[in-house]
Amino acid sequence: MRKTLIGATCVAIPAAAWLLASPGDASESRAAIPPAALQAPSQAKEPPPPLRVQVPPPPFSEGIFPCSDCHNEKDLPANPTRRTLVDAHDDIVLKHDQEHRWCLDCHDRANRDQLHLASGEAVPFAESYRLCGQCHGEKYRDWRVGVHGRRVGQWNGAKQYLLCVHCHNPHEPRFKPLPPKPAPNRPEPYRKH
Amino acid sequence: MENDPPKATRREFATCAAAAAAGFLMTACGPRRLHEVPRKQLQQMVRDMEREYSQKYGEQVTVSDAGPMADVLFAYALDISRCIGCRRCVYACVEENNQSRDPQVQWIRVLQMDKEHGIDFEHADPYYQPDQVPEDGHFYVPVACQHCRNAPCTKVCPTGATWTEKDGIVVIDYDWCIGCRCCMAACPYGARQFNWRQPSIPEGELNPSMHYLGNRPRPRGVVEKCTFCIQRVRAGRYPACVEVCPVGARKFGNLLDPDSEIRYIIDHKRVMVLKKELNTMPKFFYFYGT
Repeated sequence: MRKTLIGATCVAIPAAAWLLASPGDASESRAAIPPAALQAPSQAKEPPPPLRVQVPPPPFSEGIFPCSDCHNEKDLPANPTRRTLVDAHDDIVLKHDQEHRWCLDCHDRANRDQLHLASGEAVPFAESYRLCGQCHGEKYRDWRVGVHGRRVGQWNGAKQYLLCVHCHNPHEPRFKPLPPKPAPNRPEPYRKH
Repeated sequence: MENDPPKATRREFATCAAAAAAGFLMTACGPRRLHEVPRKQLQQMVRDMEREYSQKYGEQVTVSDAGPMADVLFAYALDISRCIGCRRCVYACVEENNQSRDPQVQWIRVLQMDKEHGIDFEHADPYYQPDQVPEDGHFYVPVACQHCRNAPCTKVCPTGATWTEKDGIVVIDYDWCIGCRCCMAACPYGARQFNWRQPSIPEGELNPSMHYLGNRPRPRGVVEKCTFCIQRVRAGRYPACVEVCPVGARKFGNLLDPDSEIRYIIDHKRVMVLKKELNTMPKFFYFYGT
């Protein structure tokens, strides 16, 4: 029985992916999917990064976490309508596929102290790379092997990665320009003595 | 018969022979290049260096004599699609490796190139200084010692003061360098720097963690260059420039380890070396991460 189920899932997932990826009527088919379908059972949990790798805690703005201090059902019930924020968080400029997404596409509505994947699976902020990796799969793969992003530590041992959000503000991920350090001196002029 | 050279007398021959023998003995027993010094003597020399530098700079200096690790060949990779030319690496290197501040010596040179021309040293500018980098229409190629497997610099040195270590690091013996700068002429990357005047490091800015083939203070009149931070990498750490790079463009690792970052890059990315037509076979690779 279990084998049959697994087999069915194996067929169903690529089929669903193919359906979603089919070019015709993409917007319609997406609109036609009821929200419940988006909460489909998550795929097998992917292996965490190798144990030798440490990731520092996420860089929260001061005093902002835990989010549930304000965002709880009693004080501030969730408003799932897409809108421009005016009462709070109005400093956040969303420049990250803003035409297609807004807060609750990444932040979990039920538990504000977590994020969620497209599958509905909740993900803590400390593992936000799994959320980013849903769209940026290639970068995620490079990051896991240490090719994308900065690493510090031992080349042959324990090392520390940074989370995506340490370098890329998730709301505005483009890397910001930096002032360069001073240019080298030009060669000294020829002296005759 | 008039043109024959004068015949040496027995006395003259004996004198010359004795002088040659004495000369040979003095050379053989005298100072040696650091790569041929026996281990025990090297440890003594390193302790002498520690004492000398600690006294001179007024702080506790440690000089490492760590040798190459087994089954390790170091290589470096730099993502030119990421580098933004901010020169953080240049200054991290200066501080880590005790380079002279005045006169200025820098082992890394960041070249600004035009996207229009591609990698073209004719159109490279190391003196760019805008308010913010990266600038539109440009990309950046930091250049330091390429640690060539077929290194022209080590071949031309008349005193054997520069050589390639077993782990692939090209090093210099500052005590044997006579400052002839043949190696600088031979290096096609401009990676070697000469101490034209007495180097100076401001008080309190000395990095006291040194290696005898790396960042120990240099005298005037010798050549120096990147050593992959030999004092760090032989202790298992990443080079200073790798850790400081804000965009994570710099990668370092063991070429002989199939699971290393460097091997992943070579297997999966578009990789190139500078001036490959010269057949220097650098162990410093440039790649496109995107």
